[in-house]
Amino acid sequence: MKFDETSQGLGLRGLQIAPAQAFGAVRLVPLLKEHVREDLRLGTLEFKGRRPHAVGVRGHADAPTVAYCSYIPHAYVLRWSSDGTAVAARGAALTDKQLGLRDLGGVRVLHRMVRQEEPGALRFLPLHLSLEGFLSLHFGGPDVAWSEYSRQALSHGLSPRRERAALGSHVHGLEDAVRMFEIHERQVGALVFVADALAAMVVFPHPDDYRALHRSLVRDFFGELVYQYAILYDDVPAHRVAVREAEIADLAGLRAAVARARADWTAFTAGMAAGVLREPLRWQTVHRTGPFRLRRFMSALRPDEDNHLGEAILRDGGELEYCKTFRLSAAQVRRAFLLEKLAQHHWDLARTAEALGVEVPALLVRLRNAGFGYLLKEHVLKNLPPGAV
Amino acid sequence: MIMSAETRHAAAARVTCEDLVVFLNACFCCTGQREFYSDGRAQTVSIEFLHDYIRGNYRRLYARTLAAGVNHFNRARIVTELLASSRDAGPVERRDEGRLVVAALRSLPAPRAYRALLAVRARGVNNRRLRAIVRDYLSSRPDLQFDAVKYRGKLRDLILHTHLRLPGELGGFLFKGWKQRRYQTPLLETFRQAHFSDEAMYELPFTVAEGMAARRNIDRAVFLRKIAPRLTTLERLRLQNTAAREGVAELAIDLARAGLTRVAIYLLSLPPAERRERRAELQAALDDAARRCLREAPLALGRVAAVLDRSYSTTGSPDKPRRSLAVALGVDALLRAASAEYMPFWTPTADDPLLAGPRGQTDLAGPLLDALETRPDLLVVVSDGFDNDPTGGAGEVCRVFKARLDPAGRTTIVHVNPVFEAPELGPRRLGAAVPTLGLRDAEDLPTALAFARFAAGDLSLAELEDYLARRVDVFLRRAAVAPLEEGA
Repeated sequence: MKFDETSQGLGLRGLQIAPAQAFGAVRLVPLLKEHVREDLRLGTLEFKGRRPHAVGVRGHADAPTVAYCSYIPHAYVLRWSSDGTAVAARGAALTDKQLGLRDLGGVRVLHRMVRQEEPGALRFLPLHLSLEGFLSLHFGGPDVAWSEYSRQALSHGLSPRRERAALGSHVHGLEDAVRMFEIHERQVGALVFVADALAAMVVFPHPDDYRALHRSLVRDFFGELVYQYAILYDDVPAHRVAVREAEIADLAGLRAAVARARADWTAFTAGMAAGVLREPLRWQTVHRTGPFRLRRFMSALRPDEDNHLGEAILRDGGELEYCKTFRLSAAQVRRAFLLEKLAQHHWDLARTAEALGVEVPALLVRLRNAGFGYLLKEHVLKNLPPGAV
Repeated sequence: MIMSAETRHAAAARVTCEDLVVFLNACFCCTGQREFYSDGRAQTVSIEFLHDYIRGNYRRLYARTLAAGVNHFNRARIVTELLASSRDAGPVERRDEGRLVVAALRSLPAPRAYRALLAVRARGVNNRRLRAIVRDYLSSRPDLQFDAVKYRGKLRDLILHTHLRLPGELGGFLFKGWKQRRYQTPLLETFRQAHFSDEAMYELPFTVAEGMAARRNIDRAVFLRKIAPRLTTLERLRLQNTAAREGVAELAIDLARAGLTRVAIYLLSLPPAERRERRAELQAALDDAARRCLREAPLALGRVAAVLDRSYSTTGSPDKPRRSLAVALGVDALLRAASAEYMPFWTPTADDPLLAGPRGQTDLAGPLLDALETRPDLLVVVSDGFDNDPTGGAGEVCRVFKARLDPAGRTTIVHVNPVFEAPELGPRRLGAAVPTLGLRDAEDLPTALAFARFAAGDLSLAELEDYLARRVDVFLRRAAVAPLEEGA
């Protein structure tokens, strides 16, 4: 994955934060749209029985050279008009052929993460699009044939590269929270906090789309940390309004005080979501059509901070039309961080170790513990101390 | 800490009063069914605890709450509890309890009363007192033959438990096998014949005939058409959707006879298009129901404002679909009929509350402020108490308004809550400043408002006992039972 831009967070252009609703350890924060436009709509395409087993990411549709395998419950179908006229959201009933879904030796393979199915309709796989970007990070492996790397690493790169995530319905309490959440009238998105850690941010183009897709939040996937937090914490305190009664002289004053408290909490919530909204993000444009760009992004991958990846559709003016994020777990960040450091130093172990301020054996242990032992030759790993360094 | 006897006594009285208010409030709204925010299990555990606690500590008052207008579920539960645990009660106490129980059983719908008595059987209790009460109850039934057909299993189990002698042919009918003989009693003979002839089947109560029809694979539409004359009002109301689906026109209902909340639930069950079409008719039905209800329990109010919640959580649960919204609609109609000047504030705002469904967030603070600006004498908030736009806004508005802007108490604020919140052992409160009243049916609003002073914590135990005594008198008189000996 090559990045073509770095920016300061997603921001909230065109969106407003509304008061949070807390249920157990889950806090859902509605995002409202200031001006609702009708020229971009999103619908789901349920795969049900003909669910793809894999997605061909590179190569021909009939013979993909790189494939992405995961549980894929549905795709999103985006419909737009370039002249600003209204379009309807339908999760198009497409045939397998139109979808690019093929049966290759008993495995159902979908062609490409993003594909234009017909004029004005784009099909893509939510979250899988960004996770695939994450997995393909330095996927080619060492570009210099240093003697420490195994033959597999040199010829096949990082393949097979894998990560784990938890299905939303397995995150304790999320299903109930989603059921009990009260959707606002102009709501197009939500911030999902679990034990007050930002787990995901979801934005859809139109309030009706959000209403239709709200429950599909439990079919998204979440990081390990979110899964653990949901089990460890019973509840979070509600963002309750408090008014200082001594300052109130009349009803108008009381109204203003309530409004002020509401605004304070809103600002506070935005601060809680700074990991996505304010911290630097690196972007890659995946598809461009009319005034819209489908892009995926990843935060700077600092092991000591919360890191998110995701995908977004942005209008030319910078308005956020669609977005979904995923919070990486600490182990996932560590793995990506090591790969990035290695790639920066042309996979030279000695220089990488120096940049990280450690000895080479320590770096090797870190690589092994991160699950990258298969990249190194056996004798290199043989005399390493056990456990962490 | 050292307390004088007097202080201790006063403290005990206060605790008793508070406990009882919590219990009564729970009994007004809880039915042990699943709610939007909590499941049926939590509800049952919570209400069972309350019953055990109050019965164990304040048995005398516990019995008297039967008369306080608590809902059917809890009335039946109190009856069961009292009958199943009378070992330590003295003779006078037993006699008084007996009278209250008899009156309560008479006030309950038959299936509930039978179930309450059978619950005592399930506890393994069988004594002279229970047998006497069952005998009295059965003798008070207007038509025991009908009960024997409609509630055959229940009556049979009850007789099996109490060994009472049944009049006429009923004993043979229930215990010797109805196939064995012909009956002189017309209804019993019809029941026998219905097993062999379709015509006789349509003479039976609906619930009995329904099973037979299903066994014979009779078409649902044909069955409904022919059984229509035998349906009770509630069965008719309940079968409206089925009738519409099956294309049966004979099941037209008379909205002029249904209760206020029932009418509201019925109209909310209609699709929006039909509601719009029949708007005038439905509004009239709702207003009529409110007026009828006021005729029975008069209520005359001055300048009234209401904040009515129609947020998504008023969808309720599969057990109580749209009940909270129906109660809000009912209270709306009732207040409009009862007050000299009435201003409703729906949240989220609704152009026409009759056509609006449960949707959107709960912003109570905004409408509350709007309502307070109209300077009403009484402000009624109907909501499940979960305000989330912003959270806790309503409680703060009420608190500050009372403390700073209306210290003289010109405006009375009352929170009416149709939902029992299991972890809080009562309807969820908006804050300490506002009394919260549980309410299951909008019809009971006058009772609830009378109870509001207790919920606010202004009144003492003596006053509460006084209030209960008055209710007990009316309750016993209405059921034609002798007054209590001990004095209420």
